[in-house]
Amino acid sequence: MMTTTLEREQAPFPEFDLKAGRLAAGRKWRNRFATVFMIGAFFVAAIPLFFVLLTVVTKGLSVISADWFTADIPDVASSVLASKFGATDVAPVVYGMAPAIVGTLLTTGLATLIAVPLGILGAIYLNEYGRQRRFAQVLRFFTDVMIGVPSVIMGVFLYAVWVVPRGVDGRSAVAGGLALACLMLPIVVRSTEEMLKLVPDHLREASLALGSRTSRATMTVVVPAALPGITSGCMLAIARAAGETAPLLLTIGSTRFLNAHFSGVNTALSTQIFSNVTQPGGEPLAWGAALTLIALVLIFTLLARFVTSRFALAQS
Amino acid sequence: MAEMAATDDKTQEGAEESSELTIDLSPVAENMPPEVSHDRPVVFDVDGLSVHYGEHRAVWDVTLKVYKQQVTAFIGPSGCGKTTVLRCFNRMNDLIRTASIGGHIRYHGQDLYEEGVNVTEVRRRIGMVFQKPNPFPKSIYDNIAYGPRIAGVARRDLDGVVEKALQRAALWDEVKDRLGKSALGLSGGQQQRLCIARAIAVEPEVILMDEPCSSLDPVSTARIEDLMAEIKGQFTIVIVTHNMQQAARASDMTAFFTTEADEVGGNRSGVLVEYAPTPQIFSNPSDSRTESYVTGRFG
Repeated sequence: MMTTTLEREQAPFPEFDLKAGRLAAGRKWRNRFATVFMIGAFFVAAIPLFFVLLTVVTKGLSVISADWFTADIPDVASSVLASKFGATDVAPVVYGMAPAIVGTLLTTGLATLIAVPLGILGAIYLNEYGRQRRFAQVLRFFTDVMIGVPSVIMGVFLYAVWVVPRGVDGRSAVAGGLALACLMLPIVVRSTEEMLKLVPDHLREASLALGSRTSRATMTVVVPAALPGITSGCMLAIARAAGETAPLLLTIGSTRFLNAHFSGVNTALSTQIFSNVTQPGGEPLAWGAALTLIALVLIFTLLARFVTSRFALAQS
Repeated sequence: MAEMAATDDKTQEGAEESSELTIDLSPVAENMPPEVSHDRPVVFDVDGLSVHYGEHRAVWDVTLKVYKQQVTAFIGPSGCGKTTVLRCFNRMNDLIRTASIGGHIRYHGQDLYEEGVNVTEVRRRIGMVFQKPNPFPKSIYDNIAYGPRIAGVARRDLDGVVEKALQRAALWDEVKDRLGKSALGLSGGQQQRLCIARAIAVEPEVILMDEPCSSLDPVSTARIEDLMAEIKGQFTIVIVTHNMQQAARASDMTAFFTTEADEVGGNRSGVLVEYAPTPQIFSNPSDSRTESYVTGRFG
């Protein structure tokens, strides 16, 4: 209905109020309260995180020097005992953690080499080929179950099938790496599958419509599009594995001396934290190892981010 | 219509029978192109095609011929099976696990759904442009080069292939200075022309277009229609569209689909009502349903 200008000028004031329905005072306060509460909750949640980090950094930093990355792990308990019994010629303790750093790199590295390719391929099968087929659904179910298995079980498993049959030589970085790989595999599979699921089907169709096979569409379109997410998932799995203690205690043994080989008894940062924190004089070693572990995981995460951002340049 | 439901659409014989027995479908048979005196070669010979998604019958008993280097438009209300039929032409329905196809589609006399047919070979000859522009999250160059790379075009020839495809899609001048930039930075209309260029780059014989302009503004739509007019001498185009003006402007042949209730289950499924040269469909349709649709009284 058209109204002329004249009519409009003469029309009475509208009976509606554009400012009606504003928040009533009560709602306004509830709104404000909820906002403050949520921000507060975030800070409360962040407090423990912050203090953990602060404690680890302040306590751990004091032992870290150049020696820390090169020297063997000191026998702090013996030094403490010796000075307690009045020995005066006790050499000053040199704090070192090189064997554990190398051990963590070996075990986690081996686990990553095994679990990441296998896990990504498994996820590609589940999402690109298996889809809703019976076999894929069974596989998916057992992967979910595997995620829930406590890590110590993986340790016991490797202990039973790998360490025990090999007797004295059983404990090694390989055994530890395998245990961590078992732990990582289901995490990598499920997180990668979730990321592949997020890739819209129209990209797959675009590729197939140009005459590509599923394998080609997967490798040239789907995986590149999901790569940043896949990397994040893998990094979570790696970080989780690097911090695991229980499976390693049973599978790599313990030593104070550098062993850069996959065979033979080894040690790791997580197990050093565990064994040193209750040992007389060992507390600084434990804090140092904790800080080193956090730093290691952080460095690898940043590295992975950097590499994938390179890969994903054209994606933005 | 009750008689139609009684005949089994699954079997080839049943499909042929139904067009003879049924009064409602007889216009289809009468207006089949032989009468239109086409001297062009037939690219697709669709014969009693029906498609089921699980238990649901999406479209049934479609019989038509698509001619070489013509624009064939599929029009009709939503849910009438136009896109379903289109996606049978390059076997994209294979991706839907529950889809099952009855009847025959012959491409230059070869049955597309025969055992042993290589779908990648089919799709290389029969390209597709989708409803929503779907460039890969890659550079403009890599988008165009994607198909040729699959087809095994030598690296030294790629630059030429990419330039030629972009020029044929009338996009070259707009993007020649940013071939290395992400294709996602282009406007919607440019993205769709990029998708057409990507399809052209593999030198298909046929380009299937599934409502290529439905997400575009009128200016971009006009450019795509110009483009279609320009390339139709080189390709056979089958286009699904909701836009009747578009079908009237851009196509040579038009097929009108509609939905019909199935007497048995009460499901609605798509049928082909009339297939004829575009001017005839729009000015002198022989079926009353076509007439009421093109004049805007239903649909």
